[in-house]
Amino acid sequence: MSAFLRLENVCKSFGAVTVADDLSYDLAEGEALGIIGPNGAGKTTMFNLITGTLRPDSGQVYFQGKNVTGLSAARRCRSGLVRSFQVPQPFSGMTVYENAMIAATQAAGLTGKPAERLCLQVLDQTGLLDKANTLAGSLPLLGRKRLELTRALCTQPRLLMLDEIAGGLTEAECTALVQTIRDIHASGVTIIWIEHVVHALLAVVDRLIVIDFGRKIAEGEPQAIMQSPEVQEIYLGIEVDA
Amino acid sequence: MEWFNALVQGALLGGLYALFAAGLSLIFGVMRLVNIAHGDLIVLAAYLGLSVTLALGVHPLLALVVVVPAMAAAGYVLQRGILNQTLGQDLLPPLLVTFGLSVIIQNALLEVYSADPQKMNAGVLETASVSVGGLSLGVLPVLTFAVAVLVIAALQWTFYRTALGRAFRAVSDNQDIAQLMGLNRHHIFGLSMALALAVTAIAGILLGIRTSFDPSIGGGRLIFGFEAVIIGGLGNLWGTLAGGVILGVAQTIGAKIHPGWQLLSGHLVFLIILAVRPNGLFPRISG
Repeated sequence: MSAFLRLENVCKSFGAVTVADDLSYDLAEGEALGIIGPNGAGKTTMFNLITGTLRPDSGQVYFQGKNVTGLSAARRCRSGLVRSFQVPQPFSGMTVYENAMIAATQAAGLTGKPAERLCLQVLDQTGLLDKANTLAGSLPLLGRKRLELTRALCTQPRLLMLDEIAGGLTEAECTALVQTIRDIHASGVTIIWIEHVVHALLAVVDRLIVIDFGRKIAEGEPQAIMQSPEVQEIYLGIEVDA
Repeated sequence: MEWFNALVQGALLGGLYALFAAGLSLIFGVMRLVNIAHGDLIVLAAYLGLSVTLALGVHPLLALVVVVPAMAAAGYVLQRGILNQTLGQDLLPPLLVTFGLSVIIQNALLEVYSADPQKMNAGVLETASVSVGGLSLGVLPVLTFAVAVLVIAALQWTFYRTALGRAFRAVSDNQDIAQLMGLNRHHIFGLSMALALAVTAIAGILLGIRTSFDPSIGGGRLIFGFEAVIIGGLGNLWGTLAGGVILGVAQTIGAKIHPGWQLLSGHLVFLIILAVRPNGLFPRISG
């Protein structure tokens, strides 16, 4: 059986610091996977290894049954694998609409009317339609986060990787965002979501993986994982009473 | 009237300088590459034009049909083959490599065409003039200026109205994110160099019709191009046209005051603008 996404014994270190230590897991198509772990645990590095910004020292990454370990980030993106950034990185000198168009034309390979239609539809979905002609650099935080999501969606992803997209938002903003992500998931997009805002994460994901020091230390049903003593101890830094 | 005439002639000359500068401006804007060989590439285009006119017996303007695609293809190959490898955090490698390229082009031209000044024969176009309100304007300078306006309008349109232009701006804005959005920056850089050298080809042919040229004049054209870009402000194409016009006017007015002051006054005006407005008159990119 070939999984939708498979990491096989992926290792990566920067000098003496190990950021991915024999990381393996499978992801089925249509699944929503949550990733938690303390700061510096290697969560974002894992995204970089999957998107191709970083190459693993050893191990393989498979996407849709194909070994993509040697492919460039651009090629991987065009095959439907896309991420958003923890710190939003829009093309700040371009308008919101143009940002979306880059994704729709370059990554999704659309042209003309279909590209425009996709962008408008996604902007509507993410609530940025009225900001379409605003320069991306002048958006406030929520707008930038939404733009990250917009741009990712305009690539017509098969696999969407979200990196702490709920961080820094108000409760109401967060609730709206969770709903948007649920809709995206419901439309058939497979999701991996790194998030510190655990309640937002738990509202969406079917499975949880805990990472610490680049290693997978727990994996399973979200509620059970959150209550397991090793997560309580390592992730939350709380000593568990005997 | 004489002064007004000098002003108009200078403005028209500015069209040629804007054409020198447009290619420089474009590649700096897209990939922050300062191309020291740009002037020599202009001269190379002029020589290519000369060869085509001699070989096929056609008018120099018709040679554009061959020289523009040839330069564009050379630009793509040059970018992907050599210059892409020099781009990175450090600004020095592309400067050194394009400086080396400049030396290579000059010497190759010396080897092939000798150091004798050459000129393209454009027949009646060289001397034809029209009389407008008491001014006698050369048809060639007017044509050059019109071409400059058209080229800059076309580049502007490409940048802001086409998918290719969006890709240029996205890569210029953030290369890494552009990669993650499926853009192959090496290819995009290749295309921008191709476009820049296509413009350079037009500039080279118009230069070769206007004046005689030899393999050593590239450096001077590079300086004029740089000055026009910087006066106009980095990243602003219409600003580059304005920069070219200001430089051209400064030179002709200088020449009017004293024949030896043509280049000097151009440089002086450039230095004054640089001192007063270090970012140029109409900057779009900061830093």
